Amino acid sequence: MGLINNSRAKSPWVVHFDCGSCNGCDIEVLACLTPLYDIERFGILNIGNPKHADVLLVTGTVNPRNERVLRNVYEQIPEPKVVVAIGACACTGGVFADCYNVIQGVDKIIPVDVYVPGCAARPEAIIDGVVLGLQKFQEKVEKMNKKAVGN
Amino acid sequence: MVVLAIVLGPIIGGLLTGIDRKITARLQGRFGPPIMQPFYDVFKLLGKEKFINNKVQIVYVITYLFFAMLSFVLFVLGQDLIAIIFVLTVGGGAMVMGALSVRSPYSQIGSQREILQMLAYDPLLIITAVAMFMVTGSFKVAEIVNYQIHNNTPLLYVLPLVFIVLIEVLSIKMRKSPFDISAGQHAHQEIVRGVHTEFSGPYLALIEVAHWYELMLALGFVAIFFASNWYIAATLVIVMYLLEIILDNTTARLTWKWMLKSAWGFGIVLCAVNIIALYFI
Ligand code: SF4
Repeated sequence: MGLINNSRAKSPWVVHFDCGSCNGCDIEVLACLTPLYDIERFGILNIGNPKHADVLLVTGTVNPRNERVLRNVYEQIPEPKVVVAIGACACTGGVFADCYNVIQGVDKIIPVDVYVPGCAARPEAIIDGVVLGLQKFQEKVEKMNKKAVGN
Repeated sequence: MVVLAIVLGPIIGGLLTGIDRKITARLQGRFGPPIMQPFYDVFKLLGKEKFINNKVQIVYVITYLFFAMLSFVLFVLGQDLIAIIFVLTVGGGAMVMGALSVRSPYSQIGSQREILQMLAYDPLLIITAVAMFMVTGSFKVAEIVNYQIHNNTPLLYVLPLVFIVLIEVLSIKMRKSPFDISAGQHAHQEIVRGVHTEFSGPYLALIEVAHWYELMLALGFVAIFFASNWYIAATLVIVMYLLEIILDNTTARLTWKWMLKSAWGFGIVLCAVNIIALYFI
């Protein structure tokens, strides 16, 4: 079991869901994959399939039209999983918070573990966010294991 | 021998995959993941929640792993090439059935493409086996190897064109560009994840391990082209592997039509020319 638990933090696969961002944050997420930042160093892969992912990166504002999709993507990720909200829009609604069609933050729809501020969030901040997410991940795993022992 | 093959097969296969990812990253100007990364991935996947669409899927995944294992073990034991190819195909077929058992358009399209891929490389593999038979008089791996050691003539000298065709077979089998049309390797996306879309968690891990066995088998095919000298055979395998990685990074994905045309047109013609030439030398 130790082997599995150690491996978890070493291979977080991310799936990136764009709720309707201005694409500023999306470009920064993709910038993390480029040779300059190269998140594959940490075993992070941008996997594109929620069923294979561990970390959900959400960018942009949620609105009543896509909250169903967001929830669907979230539910398709097998446990243990963490959610990272990237950019002001995903955290609170950002500059669009007062729009009639904007829901103020991803956390109104699904549980969010890490908030990465910025407009747009810098790639360094995103990497930090994912790394922080991994710690949460570890905590969740421990909690899960305790539950398993308890049963 | 059997136990050794079952244990060492995926370990070497996984290491090779790790080296592949590292080299790929370096070719793209990145630092790349640690060599052990494929093992971390598999262990992590084993610990994930079990998400299945139907129970049949599990049976198919286990069948796939079993047959991939079996084909590699048969190869190591020096058994019949035709039987090995058949077992390999049954395994591949099982995975396709698993993917087809889910009503997801991605996995459906992916499995259709996987079938096309199998249709593309299977005839070539069989022709390779036939060409080896024409030279050595046996389908058995052990005897093909013995023949080369006794006569001291590696198959590569008499079957150079067949070997070139094997490069294409290998890149289809390894899911490398330009033939990664049913499911990309690494994080390459193609219709989400093609055949693998609907497999998740531990089942994806089993598929990955099965893929390592298949990789080892494919490299074994390369190795028996120079069985008279194992050092050269090992070098040949390494060169071939590097060639595949470079091909992967320098080419773009093709359509399935192009794959069929090149495999059947180019591949079968080259093999036929080589086999006809055998009558004259
Ligand atoms: S936070 Fe800024 S950059 Fe990011 S999606 Fe919102 S408006 Fe665009």
